[in-house]
Amino acid sequence: MSDVFTPPTRRALLTMIGKAGGAAALYQAMTVLAHAADSQFTGPPRLSGARPGSTVLVLGAGLAGMLAAYELTKAGYKVQILEFQGRAGGRNYTVRGGDTITEIGSKQQVTFAQGNYLNPGPWRIPYHHRTVLHYCKELGVQLEPFLQINHNALIHNRKAFGGKPQPYRELMVDWKGHVSELLGKSLNAGALDTAVTAEDKTRLLEAMREWGVLDKNMQYTKSFKLGEQRGWERVPGGGVNGAPIPNDPFSLTETINSGVWQTLGFFAEHVMQTTMFQPKGGMDHIGKAFQARVAKMIRFNTRVTKIAQDDKGVTAAWTDTKTGATGETHADWMVCTIPAPVLNQIDFQASAQKKAAIRALPYGNSVKIGLEMKRRFWETDHAIYGGISFTDQAISLISYPSAGCFTDGPAVLLGAYPFGAGAYMLAGMTPEKRIQAALDQGSVFHPAEYKAEFLSGASVAWNRMPWILGCCANWTEESRAAHYQNLVAMEGRIVLAGEHCSYYGCWQEGALLSSIDAITRLHQRAMAA
Amino acid sequence: MTPALPPPDPVEPKEYAMTRKPHFAALALAGMALVTCATQATPGFAQDRPGPGGSTVEVSNQGQEVYEQICQACHMADAKGGGEPGAMIPALAGNKNLADKDYPIIVVMKGRGGMPWFNGVLTKEQIAAVITYVRGHFNAYPDPVTVADIDRVVAADPPVPECNTCGH
Repeated sequence: MSDVFTPPTRRALLTMIGKAGGAAALYQAMTVLAHAADSQFTGPPRLSGARPGSTVLVLGAGLAGMLAAYELTKAGYKVQILEFQGRAGGRNYTVRGGDTITEIGSKQQVTFAQGNYLNPGPWRIPYHHRTVLHYCKELGVQLEPFLQINHNALIHNRKAFGGKPQPYRELMVDWKGHVSELLGKSLNAGALDTAVTAEDKTRLLEAMREWGVLDKNMQYTKSFKLGEQRGWERVPGGGVNGAPIPNDPFSLTETINSGVWQTLGFFAEHVMQTTMFQPKGGMDHIGKAFQARVAKMIRFNTRVTKIAQDDKGVTAAWTDTKTGATGETHADWMVCTIPAPVLNQIDFQASAQKKAAIRALPYGNSVKIGLEMKRRFWETDHAIYGGISFTDQAISLISYPSAGCFTDGPAVLLGAYPFGAGAYMLAGMTPEKRIQAALDQGSVFHPAEYKAEFLSGASVAWNRMPWILGCCANWTEESRAAHYQNLVAMEGRIVLAGEHCSYYGCWQEGALLSSIDAITRLHQRAMAA
Repeated sequence: MTPALPPPDPVEPKEYAMTRKPHFAALALAGMALVTCATQATPGFAQDRPGPGGSTVEVSNQGQEVYEQICQACHMADAKGGGEPGAMIPALAGNKNLADKDYPIIVVMKGRGGMPWFNGVLTKEQIAAVITYVRGHFNAYPDPVTVADIDRVVAADPPVPECNTCGH
């Protein structure tokens, strides 16, 4: 070590540890430094000292592309970005009144009131997506809480309660109670005596009684104590009728039929845990903040037709989609963030392995539908403030706005957000029929108000967005094993980036982490060349 | 989970020989994986996703309805596809590739390019019905595709056809 008097930066230290001890040591060190537990993000890349005059061409002005341009410019590179659309941000996208949504086969004019919006792409940021949060802070994007879990929101399953939605709170408490009672019965019957010690058995019985709110006979029945969790027939009040009246729990069968355990499991996933955030006024404020830093570098309406490289540099041939003009842009290096379903169709000079990886990466589909309602009836009439009501219909869920609680005037509900079959069903409809389906299906939650208060709707079917043809990369464990490293490996002068080049698929965090990794390797190679 | 740190890049671009056989473990399960749940719900790692709901929605067993509920989301109601050069969704109407019934079976079961596989999303019965419909209604290939055809193709395990925008 040449300079023992200068304390290394955290990044330098981690690099050193990584070189000396390998990945395991690095991971352990990162954990000690309180980073790795939640995120691989160790701070912005802080690249510097690019060779004078060296150039980078970035394909795509989504978050991955704009982060690359932003950080590489700071490092001293001259950067250009080619963007297919007439806007920056990619899937970081918000639609508002006055916007036009252009899909393959349709156009919609959005008529939402001032201030209302739909985030068709990303809409929530978990607290541990530290890269996104870092850049929000660095770029001045204001964040506010995203209300992820609402115990007073509803769960609807066509096979339960005759199709009547029930509050998440009641189902969740009943699930816990019934499971506790059953475990208690098993323990008391001696069915688990070979699996648990006598001491654990005693403590488990006590835990089931408390956690499940069981009675003295270890039965899950109506009680005042239970009312404090699942709610009341008559809620506590003041004066003469102040005493609350407890109500009956749902049956085990109906509770199972509701599928509530799936919702419990969903909210238990690390990426679904609170605290969640959203940018104030729409997700696209992140894209706009990046754009403000790299705006002069972007050439819009530019469709890349060919990507080539030799030992001197890279070339992208393109067509201007407005003027029809064609051209070529040259640079020393390239960061390509074009989504796989489109890159797959471009003449791309790459290895057979790289091409096979791109070809083996289908994109899942999703649809989001925004429904503008005349008033916040979910708040005023149902005491639902933010959160999600789930259904087993094609729309999959509705979500209530996290911002603007208690305000008057129109507000936008998220009226559908399905993956899978439900997403294909809605995507295949005309925009008008999508809205009708969203109103029909969403009415199960709020039948009195849903259609009566409806003002206007807007939908985005990702598979029909002409610049991506899908929502996000659909990896499997098998395709990861066969192709992931081939996809992300820097090949000559070209490196790929985007959520598809990450293990945080469908998240902005993946796009940014991928981009930081890609440009770090690009810079290393450029400095070694 | 232990986050895997990326290995270092090779210093020089490699010479590439495509010797590895593509991995189709999912296809091997085709005969039994007749679940209604979407492949998109099991990405291996936690994507942003809606939660437990809409991926369990029931799809028809009738060929035309499967087309309308699933396929026309991308291939459009007239089966003519769409998009712009370089970002096309292939047409299924008047598509010569469909003359060989094995071709659409392979693509639907395994996916290709941006198109996901529907093995596990649709049942074999649904896949047979919709391919029969597309070949007969949007093309002039009236001979039906059966579950036995799908089983035969799955057993043979052929590679996905190598073309980017077949049908154009």
